[in-house]
Amino acid sequence: MAKRVVCYINQFFAGMGGEEQAHTPPSSKTEAAGPAMQIRQLLEGEAEVVGTVICGDSYYGENLEEARAACMEMIGEMKPDLVIAGPAFNAGRYGVACGDVCSAVTEQLGVPAVTGMYHENPGVELYASGAYIVPVADSARGMKDALPAMVSLARKLLRKETLGSAADEGYISRGIRKNFFHQTNGARRAVDMLLKKIAGEEFVTEYEMPVFKRINPAAAVKNLENATIALVSSGGIVPSGNPDHIRVSSAESYGTYDISGLDDLTPDNFESIHGGYDRVWANEDPDTVLPLDIMRVMEKEGVFGKLYDHVFTTTGTGTAVANAEQFGREIGEQLKKDGVDAAILTST
Amino acid sequence: MVREIEETAGIPVVQIATIVPIMLTVGANRIIPGIAIPHPVGDPTQGQEGDRAVRRGLLERALKAIQTDIGEQTVFTG
Amino acid sequence: MSVRLELRKVRVRDVQWGDKTSVENGTLFVDRKEMLSVINGDKRFSKAELDLARPGESVRIIPVKDVIEPRCKLEGPGEVFPGFVGGMQTVGEGATLVLEGAAVVTCGPIVAFQEGLIDMTGPAAAYNPFSATNNVVLIVEPVEGLDQHDYETALREAGLKLGWYLADKCREAKVDTVSTYEMEGPQEEAAKYPDLPKIAYFCMSITQGLLHDTYLYGADMKHIVPTLIHPNEKMDGAMISGNCVSACDKNTTFHHCNDPIVEELYRRHGKDLVFLGVIPTLEDTRLAGKERTTWMNANLAKMLGADGVVVSEEGYGNPDTDLCMNAAKCENLGVRTVIISDEAAGVDGKSQGLADATPEMTAFVSAGNVNEMVELPPMEKVIGFAESIANLSGGAEESLRSDGSMYVELQAIIGSTNELGFSSIGARWV
Repeated sequence: MAKRVVCYINQFFAGMGGEEQAHTPPSSKTEAAGPAMQIRQLLEGEAEVVGTVICGDSYYGENLEEARAACMEMIGEMKPDLVIAGPAFNAGRYGVACGDVCSAVTEQLGVPAVTGMYHENPGVELYASGAYIVPVADSARGMKDALPAMVSLARKLLRKETLGSAADEGYISRGIRKNFFHQTNGARRAVDMLLKKIAGEEFVTEYEMPVFKRINPAAAVKNLENATIALVSSGGIVPSGNPDHIRVSSAESYGTYDISGLDDLTPDNFESIHGGYDRVWANEDPDTVLPLDIMRVMEKEGVFGKLYDHVFTTTGTGTAVANAEQFGREIGEQLKKDGVDAAILTST
Repeated sequence: MVREIEETAGIPVVQIATIVPIMLTVGANRIIPGIAIPHPVGDPTQGQEGDRAVRRGLLERALKAIQTDIGEQTVFTG
Repeated sequence: MSVRLELRKVRVRDVQWGDKTSVENGTLFVDRKEMLSVINGDKRFSKAELDLARPGESVRIIPVKDVIEPRCKLEGPGEVFPGFVGGMQTVGEGATLVLEGAAVVTCGPIVAFQEGLIDMTGPAAAYNPFSATNNVVLIVEPVEGLDQHDYETALREAGLKLGWYLADKCREAKVDTVSTYEMEGPQEEAAKYPDLPKIAYFCMSITQGLLHDTYLYGADMKHIVPTLIHPNEKMDGAMISGNCVSACDKNTTFHHCNDPIVEELYRRHGKDLVFLGVIPTLEDTRLAGKERTTWMNANLAKMLGADGVVVSEEGYGNPDTDLCMNAAKCENLGVRTVIISDEAAGVDGKSQGLADATPEMTAFVSAGNVNEMVELPPMEKVIGFAESIANLSGGAEESLRSDGSMYVELQAIIGSTNELGFSSIGARWV
């Protein structure tokens, strides 16, 4: 009897539309839709794609509990032996939704779940432990390689084969250590590794030191009435016409814009160029992403001392971690230099 | 980005965004859940007055977070 | 200074009781009465017995204190296990007889939890090297009221004496293979191969008190500071195990004599590296001791001109701090390091494997997760003290059943995660 596979995809890959449809609630079809069609082909003979569950990325993100419950019910009804979600590439909300669906499937339905994400997708860090995440390219251009890789792993899981290490099997480690017998003893592996290290050659350590990414929270502001506050945004709010040509995604730069004398952001002076969310509201009123208007009101009321006269803005979608970190450091330097006391950063 | 700003400038940075788990992952220390992805700092569906009131509430909460000493990542809910 | 040692190996494929202790055609015959007489006079034991355990037999030995490979000097100064069997003289030259494929295993009532077992067959056999050796097991009981330290000393000495006895009685046996180990001092060797990287070896040893000690030429290592020895000295038993915990990563005396790091560095000496020597070193329980030891380790390496150091740990937990200090101090002096250590990653494999971490520990070889669970079937015969089964590692997940089967952590099996890198086991990410 053929095994049963259910796929999960978002509104875009289901052909419903882009960001403007991102609030679509969950729905299901008893057939393969979007990339699930190719998955069906790749799985031929091994398993059947018995259905596809679809949900808008923003809906899932903003209604996590309900979306998860609804999707679990729909998926559960189709009695899968395995679930394949995405691939989400570097789309953060999609990655979170895929990861969440996979984790819930594993936990609640007790079947394995496979998805695909670019290694920097926030969904990876959140859900790598609950799902089999196959590393894929950072955009849908990588679809033709992503699906076979995901299906290859899915096949092994369906056959309940004994798996090797995550590296050998081609998925992002779930953070679990397991004992294996290598080809050579530890002493030899150690000397090999040491000689490579001394020679400056690349080597692969067998256990990475934990990276402590958290930083100690900065001390609270004690005297708000005299404090200078800065506004920063990764929501892509820029002066009309995007004078600095900040990219709509995968930003490689950020803009610094003088807002002294500006009391309000309107379609006349600012717009959103962020490619990763539905910009209807942001374009009607950019204050809903970069809250200049109310900050000015509170400044005039004396709630805080002064609004810093520049805003920093970039687009947060698909932005490489290294770039984001660089922007943060530079912005931080500027704020420090100008004696800013605190900052509010808005993201979409 | 938020982490690096906070660390480099040594000042509290409050992040307002909707997908809280992602903010926890990227390391923001002071977090305010936003309203919706396309409009994190407002609610235009409630009309202009409603939108501005929501924005005010969120910003007041952000300012409160800036004045609160914390030891670890904290989500400031309403 | 040239130090040359021949290990003349007699291959043992079976062990049987016999009238005269000798090796004939690969079988080690043991004169039971004579062998016992070696230690019978020891008033610290109320009871002493010998038993045999062969590879593939359904036999469990528990709890295991030490494992000793039978060796004795044939030529050259001193005697093996100096400070215990041999007199006080440095060793490592001439010729030494080895009964390869045989071992003495010492066994006595449990002193502390974390003592372990050897299964001669079944799933545990793959995890320990002594399922493949022909074992002569000494089982003792201490006299009532004997101080724990005296009991441990007595059993340690007995094991070493019996190991020497077996080799000594077989000194006429036909030698099957000879391995030669020859090296001058570090300066001469470095001068011979100026283009090869110079490597030293920190043999971290547990030195923390009762059943957690190691001896160098009879000196309790917790009272010494790190020093330098020629690798041949280890082959003649200069380093002795005074610890039986934890079972998975304790270096038995057998491991010390057959140190795979020494073996590997010697094998490659003059080819892709220069082997500078062995630095037996401590794992102190106090911070000042850890600092002293690790500073001196790094200094020794630097003075020797080491480009890199292989660092092996013994045990886990607080010695992980010494491990980090060794890595950090050496790297900061420009001496590259590689660490061999096991991990305590939890039963589910999800925990951080080391108690401490340091960014300089960039080259890590895993000896396995000690907490991984294994299901062990009952064995037909148990040598030792079956009731001590109830006191193994003590992991909360473990279950020990009345039929003798058990679900235990790898910790309970002797040598399963040995941090000299003796076996090929290692943990990987899944």
